[in-house]
Amino acid sequence: MTISRREMMASLAATMPLVTGKLAIAKDSSPGVTTTTIKVGHIGPYSGPASAYGTMGRSLGAYFDKVNAEGGIGGRKIQFISLDDGYNPSKTVEQARKLVEQEQVLFLAGTLGTPQNAAIQKYMNARKVPQLFLSSGASRFSNYKDFPWTIGWQPSFETEGRIYARHILEQMPNAKIAILMQNDDFGRDYLRGIEDGLGEKPTAAIVARQTYEVTDPTIDSQIVNLKGSGANVFIIVASPKFAAQAIKKGAEIGWSAQKYLVHVSNSTGAVLSAAGFENAKGLISAAYVRDVSHAKESTEPEMQDYLAFLQKYYPDADKSDYVNAMGYSMGMLVEKVLRQAGDDLSRQNIMKQVTNLSMRLPMLYPGVEVKTAPDDYVAIKKMQLIRFNGATYDKIGDQPIAG
Amino acid sequence: MQMDKQSQLVDTDAPASGTFRGLPRRDGRAIWVRAIVIALALALTAVLSDFRLFQATMVLAYAIALIGLNILTGFSGQISLGHGAFFALGAYATAILMGHFEMPYWIAIPVGGIVGFAAGYAFGRPALRLSGIYLGLATFALAVATPQLLKFHGVEEWTGGVQGIFLTKPSAPLGLPLSDDQWLYLYALVLVGIIYWIAHSLLESGTGRALRSIRDNALAAEAIGIDSRHHKFMAFGISAAFAAVAGGLAATAVQFVSPDAYDLFLSVSLLVGAVVGGISTLNGAVIGALFIVYVPTLADSISKSAPWAVYGVVMILLVYLMPEGIAGAIRKASRAPVSGRH
Repeated sequence: MTISRREMMASLAATMPLVTGKLAIAKDSSPGVTTTTIKVGHIGPYSGPASAYGTMGRSLGAYFDKVNAEGGIGGRKIQFISLDDGYNPSKTVEQARKLVEQEQVLFLAGTLGTPQNAAIQKYMNARKVPQLFLSSGASRFSNYKDFPWTIGWQPSFETEGRIYARHILEQMPNAKIAILMQNDDFGRDYLRGIEDGLGEKPTAAIVARQTYEVTDPTIDSQIVNLKGSGANVFIIVASPKFAAQAIKKGAEIGWSAQKYLVHVSNSTGAVLSAAGFENAKGLISAAYVRDVSHAKESTEPEMQDYLAFLQKYYPDADKSDYVNAMGYSMGMLVEKVLRQAGDDLSRQNIMKQVTNLSMRLPMLYPGVEVKTAPDDYVAIKKMQLIRFNGATYDKIGDQPIAG
Repeated sequence: MQMDKQSQLVDTDAPASGTFRGLPRRDGRAIWVRAIVIALALALTAVLSDFRLFQATMVLAYAIALIGLNILTGFSGQISLGHGAFFALGAYATAILMGHFEMPYWIAIPVGGIVGFAAGYAFGRPALRLSGIYLGLATFALAVATPQLLKFHGVEEWTGGVQGIFLTKPSAPLGLPLSDDQWLYLYALVLVGIIYWIAHSLLESGTGRALRSIRDNALAAEAIGIDSRHHKFMAFGISAAFAAVAGGLAATAVQFVSPDAYDLFLSVSLLVGAVVGGISTLNGAVIGALFIVYVPTLADSISKSAPWAVYGVVMILLVYLMPEGIAGAIRKASRAPVSGRH
């Protein structure tokens, strides 16, 4: 027993330099790329408090299965390695190092969460490994000067804030605006966008602003104060739980202001049903991914393709969960980048292609484009305004609005 | 059936505590074992890749926390479900000292330990009036509150709120030809050595005997004049200090602290690691730490859809087959021929 273990250790020790030597050679050419494969890494919360988002990694993986089944990219199959971080940023660091140093992936795609991506941002840039299309709307991920290897794809919170401000100026030029906001970066990013969108001397003005901490048990008093300001527009910059509370409390105290609700909290199933559909009727929000809550009834060809994809490659998926539509869209984005890169699959060229995109994605609202440039790391700049009709969302106008 | 199991557990525990298991017996073999372990640990620096060394550093960090937990739970018989909070405290103290005060890491981490001791002692004073399961609940509350306290706006200037704080990874001094990961691993080895030595000396001293006597029979201990409250506070403070040192070390390795990293699950993981490794052994700490770092990864590689089910099964098997932890089982196996000698 002991002898065999010792032998095992010895043989392990003997092979170690071979392995590391091999890796060193691979590094000089293109990491993660062979003549038949391309290694792509991903980190997501398959467990833990945000595990509801885990399905994004699964639909992303399913999309690569589809690409591979249809012949791959330039003869190469995508080898997708997705790891769990349980939404714990220190675990994200460990998994990112594993993907970069052990697995030698070409790049990371679609890693989820603001603190999680922030935790690896420095590392990825120091290593010059692309950190692509991460899922967060924080503005720190479009800082191309300090972090040229990091790029998001969803519209930033600032962009969305500007869109609401523009719509308000257009529709109610003399609106009095009340804002409920979460007291952190998430809230401040939105506020910056709203203030920016209102311009220097706005006719519509912010008359009241109340903040809450994520630790607060309720926000009732804030809502009462906001109503007291006499505002006729109410912008809710809140995470899901508080958004539901705000809508409900506003209705309870008979405040009839036009409500705007940020897109992170506009889920019909999770937020509006908790707030009461009747209370939420008429509120305005913005979206870039199509509403899939009634996907099965839709006759649009894009929706049909999407459903057929899920049916074939990810049959267990919840078809009305927009997170799957995000994974699917992200897969298309990665596919486009790889096709555009052609045979030069170096990390430099990947970044060159990533920052030179101009395309449409079928599951985004018509008119919402993905467009980047070497000095523009905000991929999606337009969102479709939508209004809740008591059961589902209707589009407001036919064109998305730029922020 | 269950009652039987429990009383059996206590039975096996009681006589063993007298002979002070867990620390190497003072025969010639112990020195050799130690020398070999140290040599192997040093050799890893040259053999492992940077990523593996980073993981090994995390193992050492958890091992330090588990040594602390072992002192508390294994030797003084108190349960803490909140050591993740002290781990977080040490991590943040280290990050703030390094970030805001430009203190070098090798001072910041021990200072974090002192902060942890103060906090542990202060928390322990009122909390240790509670016993057994109630102390467990009080510490549980601490663990639940930690991530939210760290996000508290009033201290955001220091803690960075939800975004957390970045740390710079220390480089090897004096131009030594070592990578950052190699150097930090060596530093972690030294820390573990010091902590192990402190724990070992403490448990071999009168304090250690007092702690064990309190665990085994508090009333009898009081009767022979042991100040059980003082010893309990000290045990809690020291274990909190070790957890804080561990947190500081882990934060330095990860180069980032943020509230979500220190949730309730961390506290539970620490307790799991302590029990799986062997609750009243210091050597078990390293095994428990290996469990904390590698078993979730292993479970994830076995099943993507239900990694925690795999984790659960592994844990149940271990607890069922090795009720005294892995270190306990190893000792039992190695003791068999020894007991045959006399």
